[in-house]
Amino acid sequence: MRHCMSPLDFTVEELDHMMDLASDIEKNPDRYSHVCDGKKIATLFYEPSTRTRLSFETAMLNLGGKVIGFSSAQSSSAAKGESVADTIRVISCFADIAAIRHPKEGAPYVASLHSGIPVINAGDGGHQHPTQTLTDLTTIRAIKGHMDHLTIGLCGDLKFGRTVHSLISALVRYPGIRFILISPEELRIPDYVREDVLKKNNVPFEEVIRLEDAMPELDVLYMTRVQKERFFNEEDYVRMKDFYILDAEKMKLAKEDCTVLHPLPRVNEISVDVDPDPRACYFRQVQYGVYIRMALIMALLDIPESRQFLGDEFQACGKEE
Amino acid sequence: MRQGEHMLNIGGLHEGVVLDHIPAGKAMDIYKRLKLDKLDCQVAMIMRARSNKMGQKDIIKVEAPLELLNLDALGFIDHSITVNIIKDAVIVEKRKLNLPKKLVNIIHCKNPRCITSIEQGLDQVFYLSDPADEIYRCVYCDEKYHSSKK
Repeated sequence: MRHCMSPLDFTVEELDHMMDLASDIEKNPDRYSHVCDGKKIATLFYEPSTRTRLSFETAMLNLGGKVIGFSSAQSSSAAKGESVADTIRVISCFADIAAIRHPKEGAPYVASLHSGIPVINAGDGGHQHPTQTLTDLTTIRAIKGHMDHLTIGLCGDLKFGRTVHSLISALVRYPGIRFILISPEELRIPDYVREDVLKKNNVPFEEVIRLEDAMPELDVLYMTRVQKERFFNEEDYVRMKDFYILDAEKMKLAKEDCTVLHPLPRVNEISVDVDPDPRACYFRQVQYGVYIRMALIMALLDIPESRQFLGDEFQACGKEE
Repeated sequence: MRQGEHMLNIGGLHEGVVLDHIPAGKAMDIYKRLKLDKLDCQVAMIMRARSNKMGQKDIIKVEAPLELLNLDALGFIDHSITVNIIKDAVIVEKRKLNLPKKLVNIIHCKNPRCITSIEQGLDQVFYLSDPADEIYRCVYCDEKYHSSKK
């Protein structure tokens, strides 16, 4: 039995196969509409995240399965003091697979140690959010047609944004990737990402402050929100906030085939005048999130229709202890 | 100078383990970390003994079988320590220590956002993420352990 704790739990090849399955689901949704008949997913959300929870639930419903779960710690036994380990032991009697969102880092991993069913980490504090990364990778591959030899711009809060750290760690495994990291000085990527991930893998990258400076070079622009409270003072925020707002004017500097992504929710960092631009792909990204979650659920449940893409060895090679 | 001329001699060990080449002043720390006070056996600690190789060193003699010592903890503290296994008053084996790949209940995660901060009964588990720089990370939250010796 395999779980999904981090995007790096899967090899590049396994991810490729899973994305092939997601792509087939996109083309032939009817073929997969009953492959999980009789199966149930438990969405155990100890903190609210409507978007991620609904994406998992939609994925299971699209596969013909059913959904149980809770959407906040208050409505679960956690409020009575039940441990994560006990909760998953109980849920293992009810459901076939579980997706867990928890404010404490490592909680889904603890669940996986005691679970009788596959566990998916649906976000644990500032640590990991693997299905967001799988969504990002799937979107890039679906739109670009490949994952290698791309110049990827990551813009905004690169210090606290776990989606950014996770995406960088996943992308460095592909050849010819180059990063342009666009952020204010205060919100540059943490040292461990710069040293342990980028430099250690000899991945070329540059750090710039203004989005306009990077725009013409980018194949992919991944936007994130710059929150006012992250700045040390109001003056800096006012001076810089416009650097990180993407609008139609800045899009004029971008390549014709630049792909703009955003993990959402968006506040004001992408102006609505960018939405009609065919290069704005953040809502398609949400749709790909459903496809790849469908593929992941099928893979972890070892649904026969997934084996032609993943091979029999997928279940055999679990995470190394 | 004849070898051992200036050594302080403690009664020989018939059966047990001698931890040699401990950096001077570290024996007490190792005594605590290996929980030697919990063992029902004789323990002799020699501190700041003269050493040709190290100038000064600490030595711990434990009259207990090797299995009772946590070699992972010892390897983590300092893998240059020599472990001599004594049987019938002679050294029968010199065991080299390695940096352990996994540490269980030896160090604790200090990340307040880690699940270990609230979930009862969880083992504190760290994995060796970078052998070259001897960096350990919490298996739950990946928090880096900041060792005092690094």
